[in-house]
Amino acid sequence: MNIVEKILSKASGEKEVTPGQIVDAKIDYAMINEITGYLVAKYFKDVGAKKVWDKERVTIILDHTIPAPTAQAAEVHRIVRDFARDLDIPGFYDVGRGGVCHQVMVEKGYVKPGEVIVGADSHTVTYGALGAFSTGIGSTEMTSVFITGRLWFKVPKVIRIDVAGEFDRFVGAKDLFLRVAKEIGFSGATYMGLEFTGPTVKNMSVSSRLTLCNMAIEVGAKSGIVEPDEKTVEYVKSRTSDPFTPLNGDSDAEYDRTLNINVDGLPSQIACPGAVDNVKPVSELGDVELDQIYIGSCTNGRIEDLQAAADILRGRQVNPRTRLVVVPASQEIFIDAMNKGLIQTFAEAGAAIATASCGACYGGHLGVLAAGETCLSTTNRNFIGRMGDPKAKVYLGSPTVAAASALTGRITDPNTLR
Amino acid sequence: MKVEAKALKYGDNINTDIIIPGKYLVIMDEEELGRHAMEGIDPVFSGKSRDGIVLVVGDNFGSGSSREQAPIALKNANVKCIVAKSFARIFYRNAINLGLPVLECSDLWSEVIEGDILTVSLEDGLIENGRIRRTFKAQPLPPFILDIIQSGGLLNKLKQSLK
Repeated sequence: MNIVEKILSKASGEKEVTPGQIVDAKIDYAMINEITGYLVAKYFKDVGAKKVWDKERVTIILDHTIPAPTAQAAEVHRIVRDFARDLDIPGFYDVGRGGVCHQVMVEKGYVKPGEVIVGADSHTVTYGALGAFSTGIGSTEMTSVFITGRLWFKVPKVIRIDVAGEFDRFVGAKDLFLRVAKEIGFSGATYMGLEFTGPTVKNMSVSSRLTLCNMAIEVGAKSGIVEPDEKTVEYVKSRTSDPFTPLNGDSDAEYDRTLNINVDGLPSQIACPGAVDNVKPVSELGDVELDQIYIGSCTNGRIEDLQAAADILRGRQVNPRTRLVVVPASQEIFIDAMNKGLIQTFAEAGAAIATASCGACYGGHLGVLAAGETCLSTTNRNFIGRMGDPKAKVYLGSPTVAAASALTGRITDPNTLR
Repeated sequence: MKVEAKALKYGDNINTDIIIPGKYLVIMDEEELGRHAMEGIDPVFSGKSRDGIVLVVGDNFGSGSSREQAPIALKNANVKCIVAKSFARIFYRNAINLGLPVLECSDLWSEVIEGDILTVSLEDGLIENGRIRRTFKAQPLPPFILDIIQSGGLLNKLKQSLK
């Protein structure tokens, strides 16, 4: 069995599971944010439930509309806050206390190797970076999980992505995923799992692995996963004292197919507007003028990302033709970035810095785009209308490309900066 | 369980940001969500769907977000059933859990024009297009999924189990 099959077999108590089999699995953690959570709060009352299956295994994290931009959003917050208080949930993260739900889940130690986690947000796939099986579900199913602590899954086929080679300076996990997306296509892994493996992945930091797994849903996948190693164990132990049992695939594990990628000489990759698989090397884009650059999100809002961007921006100014919005993925990252002087670097460069949250990613708050505007974003999704008006254009790229582009006001390869 | 209604037809890769854009996610009134359904591709969709429709779409319908507001908006726009060439995973589960029937059929799409009356039989996955007098076969839903839809969604089943 591969790692996904191993985890699902353990969680369902089945000795052996195979792709296509439907299993009833025990859930280790369940997470909601305010956008999906207010529906869970409503449904929970509608069905007459009184308590969650285990309040220590539930987290409620406000992150999309932070702080509340409208009275309507404030009402959503109030419903979710009351729900968390009524149920006496210790893992409740209010405005200013957490950040993007996925980063909070990871850094507060809720994510552990070998466990099964569901979240009412599609980017729940992120946690596979720590060797967990994690996937996004809707609010109705989440209500059921909150009550029963169980959920059915169809065991997915898994595509193995074997990565070799060394990244050039300024190139990393985001570029690798976009390259994979170009190969697989935006619906090419629907209902499937992606397992990232090989020496390059082994050499990657936990932060970079989170970026990689975060985007698995963008090619339709149910899960993105990296087998746990010493780095994983060390990271998780620094975040929680709870015991855990890492699981790895067998040496004769079966996969749907293997995709081999070599990153030697890979240039920075950009997903062009409309689809994540519409990918080109940065040098082939031509002259793309930018109205906004956004650095942040569960994809690229971690300290490693902010550091890489600040190293390019330090002592320089955001080009007057454009604007830069920076949003750390969590309160902890915000504080870390302050202590490292990164917030000062961004502010002195002329960036707008907002509180830890989803920020501009989903088109509802903190940097919404007007019709006809163009944005380069370090986020994960560039659907039409994603970041604001349907006539706005969104390009996806890495934090280093974002920082270089902020200096020139057009999409720029950081290698071409003087 | 049979559904009979006029068809409305759209293409491939209709994602959740098209079905219900992010700015509407804090709307708690389900009927209002319904008025914004599919706004990203057809601003007058809810007017066309008012009397009840079968939504016929291409590949990868509902890709992207886990937002249940997407199937809620479609249900409240009076979409009675969705027949797609294929669905994205989370949307597919969400629709079923809300009691909104979803069928995968790759042959139907090219044989439907807007306004055709379609008769969908969920038990056997058969879809009849009266205009051309042809019947198409979709993958029938497994019994436990059909049971969720026939109960009117997962919440109704949960309610029963909590009694």
